[in-house]
Amino acid sequence: MTTGADAGKLPAAYLSAGSSSFTEFVGVHAPQLLPSRRVLPPGNMLEAPHGTTIVTATFAGGVVMAGDRRATMGNLIANRDMEKVFAGDEYSAVGIAGTAGIAIELVKLFQVELEHYEKIEGTLLSLEGKANRLASMIRSNLGMAMQGLSVVPLFAGYDLDRQLGRIFSYDVTGGCYEEHDHHSVGSGSLFARGALKKVWHPGLSAEEVVSVVVEALYDAADDDSATGGPDVGRRIWPTVAVVGPEGVRFVGDDELRMVVEAVIAARQGNPGGAR
Amino acid sequence: MSSMPFYVSPEQLMKDRADYARKGIARGRSVVVLGYDKGIVFVAENPSRALHKVSEIYDRIAFAAVGKYNEFENLRVAGVRYADLRGYSYDRTDVTARGLANAYAQTLGTVFTQESKPYEVEIVVAEVGATAEDDQIYRLTYDGSVADELGFVAMGGAAEPIETALKDRWSPGLSLGDALSLAVELLGQDPAPGPAGGTTRTLTAAQLEVAVLDRERPRRTFRRIGGGLLDALLSTEDPTSDAPAEDDPTPGRHDTLTGEGSPRDESSNPQTQRPEQGPE
Repeated sequence: MTTGADAGKLPAAYLSAGSSSFTEFVGVHAPQLLPSRRVLPPGNMLEAPHGTTIVTATFAGGVVMAGDRRATMGNLIANRDMEKVFAGDEYSAVGIAGTAGIAIELVKLFQVELEHYEKIEGTLLSLEGKANRLASMIRSNLGMAMQGLSVVPLFAGYDLDRQLGRIFSYDVTGGCYEEHDHHSVGSGSLFARGALKKVWHPGLSAEEVVSVVVEALYDAADDDSATGGPDVGRRIWPTVAVVGPEGVRFVGDDELRMVVEAVIAARQGNPGGAR
Repeated sequence: MSSMPFYVSPEQLMKDRADYARKGIARGRSVVVLGYDKGIVFVAENPSRALHKVSEIYDRIAFAAVGKYNEFENLRVAGVRYADLRGYSYDRTDVTARGLANAYAQTLGTVFTQESKPYEVEIVVAEVGATAEDDQIYRLTYDGSVADELGFVAMGGAAEPIETALKDRWSPGLSLGDALSLAVELLGQDPAPGPAGGTTRTLTAAQLEVAVLDRERPRRTFRRIGGGLLDALLSTEDPTSDAPAEDDPTPGRHDTLTGEGSPRDESSNPQTQRPEQGPE
């Protein structure tokens, strides 16, 4: 804020006509708040907590996204109950893999970006519009990604025009690709994707897809040390968001406990799980 | 030597500016803001569905304005930017109506004394609290003065008779339906300029812009009220006197309550954050 006679008044950038993008406004007025504007000292890559596996799959009227709860730092578990799946706005969910600190900051920025647009313009962004805003945030993080602080999100939402769930994946350079049926990102994604191919099929209900994504996360945790499986002792379940015409709903702990217990029970003596 | 300007005393200069701004504001229609049992209601005579006089600023804060549209729209956008930036860099709970009202007051004050023309606007910044005692309503005028109002505000057009009537007839704890009927009746008595001036009019739902800050909603509390719900609230025969707790079921933006369609699935969460879960 300025000092002197005008102290306390809204700075000129606030009153200037311009874009309805919060990120662009912050970039002009307070660039130090944007993760992408930070300059890193040259040198070795630093070690920071990493989030791991996110899976997402569509059902007849929407899309389900789930993430495990583990963050790792090298061979250590940095956090065992971290949330990595968030609601972007009322009709979208975003899951993150990669450097946890920057990823969560990006998600927070993305949430404000969507709400800011909604308030300024008085209307919702289209689903592609939201996916592209996220792409531009990832793109501007390329410098940090090259120093090892990469973030790879997965975006899923309910398309109000087409009335179906859609999935968008990203690469570190900000490339945005629409995926069909299901997708997974993060260190355990290879195993999760294999499981999704075998267990998911068209026409499943939302409840069945919740069970499918939990199954896929279980397979990821089975073979990837950085992905956390369901922790029955501590009652830590995956984060599961269901996005449909009613908006985003996070599946409650009691409902998830039953799904997880069913998956574990079905694997007794049959470690490969459902197929 | 350049031509010598005429001397104008500072008193005269400020008076001229104030007169200019006041005239501009009085030309429009009035806006009434008043507390009701579950929050704060904003009622504006505004036939436009797109150019709003009442808008959401943040979770529990709304903005209402009269005067020149381009000037208050500019202030509204600045307010949304202020609130979103503050909430982003601190926390959502650190965004307050008082902070925003101060920033607006400084801005309006500076424009009034330093620019060639003052803003022809009067605005209200209101924040709904956990109880009616915690509600805050700030009225800001063109010269940057702030007033902390208790319970109700009328501004723009011929606001004075409305304000006088509200002093007698408003009381805390009115239902939404009663508060709305009172506001609409008083707005109809506004002796507007033009051929119909001075007569009592009955305003219909199509001429009104109505919004509430509903203290019982989680997170974003601002909702516009329209469609069948507004008709029902205004009607003397219909017993509806309160806004439903559930948002409209139709997919889309849920900033407007119309009371049409069956209620949304209880388990759906229209807010963008995961609800707090207590320990099991």
